[in-house]
Amino acid sequence: MNNEIDKTRRLILQGAAVVALAGIGVRFGLTQALAAAANDKYPEEAFKQKSGDDAIKSLYGKTAETSDKVKLDAPEIAENGAVVPISVSSSLPGVTSISILVTENPFTLAASYKIPEGTMASVSNRLKMAKTSNVIAIVEAGGKLYSASKEVKVTVGGCGG
Amino acid sequence: MASTIRVRATSSGDTTEVQALIQHPMDSGFVKDAKGELIPPHFIQEVTFEHDGKKIFVADWGPAVSKDPYLKFAFKGGKKGDELKISWTDNKGSSDQTTAKIQ
Repeated sequence: MNNEIDKTRRLILQGAAVVALAGIGVRFGLTQALAAAANDKYPEEAFKQKSGDDAIKSLYGKTAETSDKVKLDAPEIAENGAVVPISVSSSLPGVTSISILVTENPFTLAASYKIPEGTMASVSNRLKMAKTSNVIAIVEAGGKLYSASKEVKVTVGGCGG
Repeated sequence: MASTIRVRATSSGDTTEVQALIQHPMDSGFVKDAKGELIPPHFIQEVTFEHDGKKIFVADWGPAVSKDPYLKFAFKGGKKGDELKISWTDNKGSSDQTTAKIQ
């Protein structure tokens, strides 16, 4: 709830017309309700996006800010791009999801994890990387998005034949 | 009988660490076979972990997850002997599920 007020307040500060306030409130309420309804479904569209920004927007409908509370563990150099071990964890309270993107892959979104209450904000997996690329970790906490990124150098790509 | 899912869940105090390994080709759709023809995409889209009738972890995957995917996470509230239910579905509609006891 506070979050919604914060967003609205920021919009006003940015110069949005005060008259539109009610409308904005309704719109945010609606998109959040839709997002909640779609929460359990496989985010097919997000996995088809070719740019990181589009994938994040399609998945969450908002943008992320960099945070040192998002920890991304990935190798400096991955000898085999077919199997790159990547871990993401966060010390932020109220984490609800973690997503991992590989910006140079044909489809940038690699994996998205839902973290219900009681589950730790920490996940390890192995991803394919087509070539040297930035890896972006997105953590959703308290309705906001936080990110961390790291470049992983790939010597043998994992997507070509 | 042989499940595609191997799970190890170990409880240490109030947290349970879960590691899972699933056998699946995870074909991305970008790789060609020996004849130079593209292997169509075939990958797991969703993996669900349940404990005590409650979803404790849901993974949504694209084709960029490595072949024979590996996962590790931890949750609170599990104890030794409890059952975990794990299931996956892929983009061709195949699925598998298994249960594992927390050790």
